[in-house]
Amino acid sequence: MNMKRVYVNEAWCLGCHLCEYNCAFANSGMQDMASALKGKPIYPRIHVEGEDAITYAVSCRHCTDPLCVKSCIAGAIRKQDGVVRIDQTKCVGCLTCVLVCPYGALSPNENGVMQKCELCLENACGAPACVTGCPNRAIVYEEREEDA
Amino acid sequence: MNDYLIIGNGVAAVGCIEGIRSVDRDGRITVVSQETHPVYCRPLISYYLEGKTDLARMQYRDADFYEKNGCRVLYGKTAVSADPSKRTVTLDDGSALPYTALCIAAGSAPFVPPIAGLDSVPEALCFMTLDDALALERATQTPKRVLIVGAGLIGLKCAEGLHGRASSITVCDLADHVLPSILDADSASILQSHLERNGVRFLLTNTVERFDGQTAHMKNGETIEFDVLVLAVGVRANTALAKACGCETNRGVLVADDMKTTVNGIFAAGDCAEGTDASCGQKRVLAILPNAYMQGFTAGVNMAGGTAVFDSAIPMNAIGFFGLHTMTAGVYAGEESAQVSENGCKKLYTKDDLLKGFILIGDTTRAGLYTSLIRNRTPLSSIDFEKMKKTATSAAFSSEMRTKCFGGVV
Repeated sequence: MNMKRVYVNEAWCLGCHLCEYNCAFANSGMQDMASALKGKPIYPRIHVEGEDAITYAVSCRHCTDPLCVKSCIAGAIRKQDGVVRIDQTKCVGCLTCVLVCPYGALSPNENGVMQKCELCLENACGAPACVTGCPNRAIVYEEREEDA
Repeated sequence: MNDYLIIGNGVAAVGCIEGIRSVDRDGRITVVSQETHPVYCRPLISYYLEGKTDLARMQYRDADFYEKNGCRVLYGKTAVSADPSKRTVTLDDGSALPYTALCIAAGSAPFVPPIAGLDSVPEALCFMTLDDALALERATQTPKRVLIVGAGLIGLKCAEGLHGRASSITVCDLADHVLPSILDADSASILQSHLERNGVRFLLTNTVERFDGQTAHMKNGETIEFDVLVLAVGVRANTALAKACGCETNRGVLVADDMKTTVNGIFAAGDCAEGTDASCGQKRVLAILPNAYMQGFTAGVNMAGGTAVFDSAIPMNAIGFFGLHTMTAGVYAGEESAQVSENGCKKLYTKDDLLKGFILIGDTTRAGLYTSLIRNRTPLSSIDFEKMKKTATSAAFSSEMRTKCFGGVV
């Protein structure tokens, strides 16, 4: 099944980290950005990696054959309608998903419970906030063909 | 219509069911379950004792899983013999079940060492199943002195699980360091100190010579008084049924990359199976949950006439104790690159332009990138491995590799 995913064009990434802030805000459940993020450590589900000339954003690839789903010892990660999701009430924070994800797309939240990009489908945004807020279109949300 | 028969009802069986159903929606599936519970997350039994999960959340699949997948589950039954020429398996109640394809996913059982006086111990338990955890929960309703024999994964997770329920925890092992199957001596000492800071006492290079009721007489002459004994010296693959079928076995039931045993129509998966360890190329029992699922799924697809191969199994463990995370993978062969501090370590092992294994304690950020290098046998000359040694990051990949990862469908 072909579906929309988040894709990155590293040539266009400015390394501004706005995607991280937009992600953390979108998933905070709060109304305004300042009270959600100001003066607090943030736990985004997307991370800018790289340095100097090359930077890019890393978030869940929603793999066709996701290793995290098969490896989760708590049965907490599933793929439904093309989206890899975590049931945070089941997660025990063992980090097996971190051990197997080839992209480094999962990280713990402030309580040690794992979190990952779920495409903002369940929060107030309804579409990836990292994409909407990217000032240079270095992150896009679209359908692409396999082996494009 | 095909008759699929699965012996065992753990994670490998779930993989097998889902593998079968990815190919065949209609065939009959029968699951023989020794335990009387629907499939649950076995590695969570220590988290259950700790209060980090509960029976409802420990369910590995939804309540309607078997029904949705058209499975008949026979609870509380054991397969005792088989006739591969007639393709039948006989259960302990005498009934015979026919099969078109059989998957042996019978798991493993704790090895109980023949220690003198073990019969005199009033409360001696193993730590393997949900029923074991429930028994331990009952045995520790009031704070008890706990003695755990075995400082491996099961013994130490048990120690952590019982931490809030025990008045004292002593762990002994014949080995000279904790987690001897996955750590070397200096990485183990970091973890041991951390466990000791949390109140776990260790007696290493030492073992129980004999029990006398609630007293353990140790090899070094020491005596330990305890209320509850946990035996966690190791597990053995359940190979009896496979042997009875004529399947070739070693420590486990030998399987090829398609999970076929040496007998036609019989597959094996999970903790009872012995497949190829891709990190060293040798046959090994890799008794870890991800492996169980993937072997099970592969078996299921092939049982139903599809073609699936699982040739990237490697030993790997993510195991934390009192907030300190440890991850290990592969084999510790070749050249070692080590960064060791008081509170953590990173050890990477390379050979023939490949990453062969690692031990991480403390910082485990993006460790899956290392795992993936082992699993995919990525030539280290194709990436900036010096960068990768410092931190696991795809910034060490070529731009082309990164474009594939983050700009393509994976």
